[in-house]
Amino acid sequence: MLDVCGVSSIDELFSVIPESLKSPGVELPEHIDEYELDRRVRNLASLNKTPVSFCGGGMYEHFIPAAVDSIAGKAEFYTPYTPYQPECSQGTLQTVYELQTALCRLYGMEASNASVYDGATAVAEAALMAVRVTRRRKIIVDGCLNPLYIRVLKTYLRYADCEIVQTGRRGAGLSEDGLEAEIDEKTACYIYQNPDFFGNVRDLSSDIKKVHSAGALAVASAYPVSLGLLKTPGEMGADIATGEGQSLGNPLNFSGPYIGFITCKRKYIRKLPGRIVAETEDNEGRRGFVLTLQTREQHIRRARATSNICTNQNHCGLRSLIYMTLMGKNGMREIAISNAKKASYACEKFKERGFAIENPGPIFNEFVVNIEKDAEDVLKNLYKRGFLGGVPLGKYFPDMKNCVLIAVTEVRSLREIEEFIGEFEKSV
Amino acid sequence: MIFYTDEHEWVEIEGFGGTAGITKFAARQLGDITYVDFPSVGDYFAEGEMICEIESVKSVSEFYAPISGKITEVNRELEDIPELVNESPEEDGWIVKIKADNPEEAGGLMNEEEYREYLSSIE
Repeated sequence: MLDVCGVSSIDELFSVIPESLKSPGVELPEHIDEYELDRRVRNLASLNKTPVSFCGGGMYEHFIPAAVDSIAGKAEFYTPYTPYQPECSQGTLQTVYELQTALCRLYGMEASNASVYDGATAVAEAALMAVRVTRRRKIIVDGCLNPLYIRVLKTYLRYADCEIVQTGRRGAGLSEDGLEAEIDEKTACYIYQNPDFFGNVRDLSSDIKKVHSAGALAVASAYPVSLGLLKTPGEMGADIATGEGQSLGNPLNFSGPYIGFITCKRKYIRKLPGRIVAETEDNEGRRGFVLTLQTREQHIRRARATSNICTNQNHCGLRSLIYMTLMGKNGMREIAISNAKKASYACEKFKERGFAIENPGPIFNEFVVNIEKDAEDVLKNLYKRGFLGGVPLGKYFPDMKNCVLIAVTEVRSLREIEEFIGEFEKSV
Repeated sequence: MIFYTDEHEWVEIEGFGGTAGITKFAARQLGDITYVDFPSVGDYFAEGEMICEIESVKSVSEFYAPISGKITEVNRELEDIPELVNESPEEDGWIVKIKADNPEEAGGLMNEEEYREYLSSIE
């Protein structure tokens, strides 16, 4: 190859690249054999600590039935990519179709795609979708939307020539009535989260009516586990509903790969990005599955595709489908109730011990404790005592340096909750 | 009077009203049409602005405003029978009706004979 290119060495081949951009090289240790490597990695792994976690803020520890691993581990499902050829991929296409169906039922929506990267990019894709539907360019973001989602949204839309405005927030309280002041005839959508980033549960039906009367769309971001119990985005009138799928059968693992859900009203399906699987019949009248409405996508529409960034997360999606199928409607409801009960119990206990809770009303499985001193220090102490005590909110909100966001899921026992509150008190 | 654009749209002008669609040539190029993504009645488009997208089995193409004006009607029949655009692109398969700002604007477009010459130059 060097001969064909007319150069004598690799260095010469890459000489056009400025030195400042080249890697100084990687210093690797001497090679070792597989057995030795296995031993070293095991030793390293044994140094990991597994504190009892009360962290949430978008990612949650939930129980994953063993059947999820064994079914998802079937070799037939082990594929890194959505198969385009229906003649050899019926099994995989059927699981995607069923995932879409399950998500529509969970979110109370009419259509779903095959998934996107994660909950944050789902919000960004939904915003771009609303811009396409309404041909307007102003996006109103609720002040209680996950701050990391807002950052991803701003990154995605940096060159999209859109205006992004944020409504006010009172600490961990509910959003101020900034919506009415902001909403106008240029507004493409209003994006909200329920339960919001601080765990508050709200019914946004009347806000959504205001959004619709201005000709804009309502975009929801909803924690799928909560929907076993709470009013769905569809029931509130949302036009596009998104979510992070980690909590449905996917373990916590350094933030990914996870899976984003994006569902919508049927009339907007042609503006939905990403792959969509549909049911059809083959030439012998048998039920089958295919990718559909592909003219929206980049392999056909190129630069004008509904998205040139997204892809689906097939394996995480498969796990989510298996999880939801194993749980069933009643199981999803029981899990949601268990989360809500345990978190409310913990929240009451904190109040009894005299801690200030910032949430003004009902919560799902998270709440904000104001400890009236720097939260990061207290969390460091708690870590030494075997607890990941929550998310320090000063990280995202300068006015909330003294606040901790605490999540309690179904996996925390009452004893762990009691112990945690005891240690929390000592650390403060 | 019927006028044509170099993007293969036609517009028939009567007073301030204009009826617009895509030409036989465009319909043939697109193949079987499956969906027309209509604008809303009342939307305003300047000449050359994209009014909507037309989807066929093999691609999606844009439909541009042949003249500036407000949309007064869209061809609802195409919601159920989009293939009308293939069968009768210059009559029953019309796409929108426009109330023109200035019907004289169409004078800048091609007439039937000019469009025929244009087609033979690109074919």
